[in-house]
Amino acid sequence: MGEVIVVTSGKGGVGKTTTTANVGTGLAMLGKKVVLIDTDIGLRNLDVVMGLENRIVYNLVDVVENNCRIKQALIKDKRYPNLYLLPSAQTKDKTAVSPEQMKKLADELKGEFDYILMDCPAGIEQGFKNAIAGADRALVVTTPEVSAVRDADRIIGLLEANEIRQTHLVVNRLRTDMVKEGNMMSSDDVVEILAIDLIGVVPDDEQIVISTNNGEPLVGSDCGAGRAYMNICHRVLGEDVPYLDLEETKGFFKKFAAMFKK
Amino acid sequence: MSFLSNFFKGSENSSDIAKNRLKVAITSDRAVCSPELMEQMKNDIIEVISKYLDIDTEGLDIKVTKTELDETSGTVNALLANIPIKEGSRNFRRRQ
Repeated sequence: MGEVIVVTSGKGGVGKTTTTANVGTGLAMLGKKVVLIDTDIGLRNLDVVMGLENRIVYNLVDVVENNCRIKQALIKDKRYPNLYLLPSAQTKDKTAVSPEQMKKLADELKGEFDYILMDCPAGIEQGFKNAIAGADRALVVTTPEVSAVRDADRIIGLLEANEIRQTHLVVNRLRTDMVKEGNMMSSDDVVEILAIDLIGVVPDDEQIVISTNNGEPLVGSDCGAGRAYMNICHRVLGEDVPYLDLEETKGFFKKFAAMFKK
Repeated sequence: MSFLSNFFKGSENSSDIAKNRLKVAITSDRAVCSPELMEQMKNDIIEVISKYLDIDTEGLDIKVTKTELDETSGTVNALLANIPIKEGSRNFRRRQ
């Protein structure tokens, strides 16, 4: 029996889709059968991040309206045969699907897949309600900024109210240099404010931009974000993985500063 | 590094400012009722408590916040009330 994970944030632009793509791809790399569902009807973008945009025939709305069978709408990934995408519709709006229909779809997919990842739209309206309807657990993505953290807190409250029992936090786009200068909240600060369990810290990494340009998730590759996302996948599977030391270089200034700490 | 932190004393880190602002904003976001309802509830609490205790209504502070019950059950919403009792007064009034 599969597990449905909703990836959500409240605020837009913090990396929900990137996280969905990378965690989904990483779980597939680890041998799990995974389907990614883009629930942002009218603003589809998981397909371009996955590099599958020109293979779309049917979409989520076609499935719930019974214009096609689920299997016909699922797009097989380019690189991993056990990874699939159910794209969103670009021409409809979010009222085209109801939470009940999403729950039914999720329950059907649970029989076939190990993990069903729902990429949630920004906001707390119908799209959010659709995305969480069938979810067993949630990944809440935030960046260490006041607006994103505040929205994440609201989302965590709504997830609790909807009885989603397991909620984990992903702190995205952390800049260690700024944290050290005291100009960015650390992941510990964010965890303290939100009071939920951390599942990953992803450094701000320009490789993400390049990987999105290419339409190939970078999870598992030899860069900060690639390693961080793979660690999140292991933790999703219940493994205990130590957190990365995001400080890559120990430069002259740090050694100099360390002398004064004595 | 103490001489450096002394040098910068007075100018708080922007991350600390962010954290403190967030804590305040989120506490009021988490409050289960509107400010008007909180005010009404506060007045009702004053009325009831005043029957028994001579309290400092100016210093009274109530808020809804998340708190941990124990290690296993996670966090719950709780109403926290800080109600100072006036000094020098006899604490327990006789009920009329």
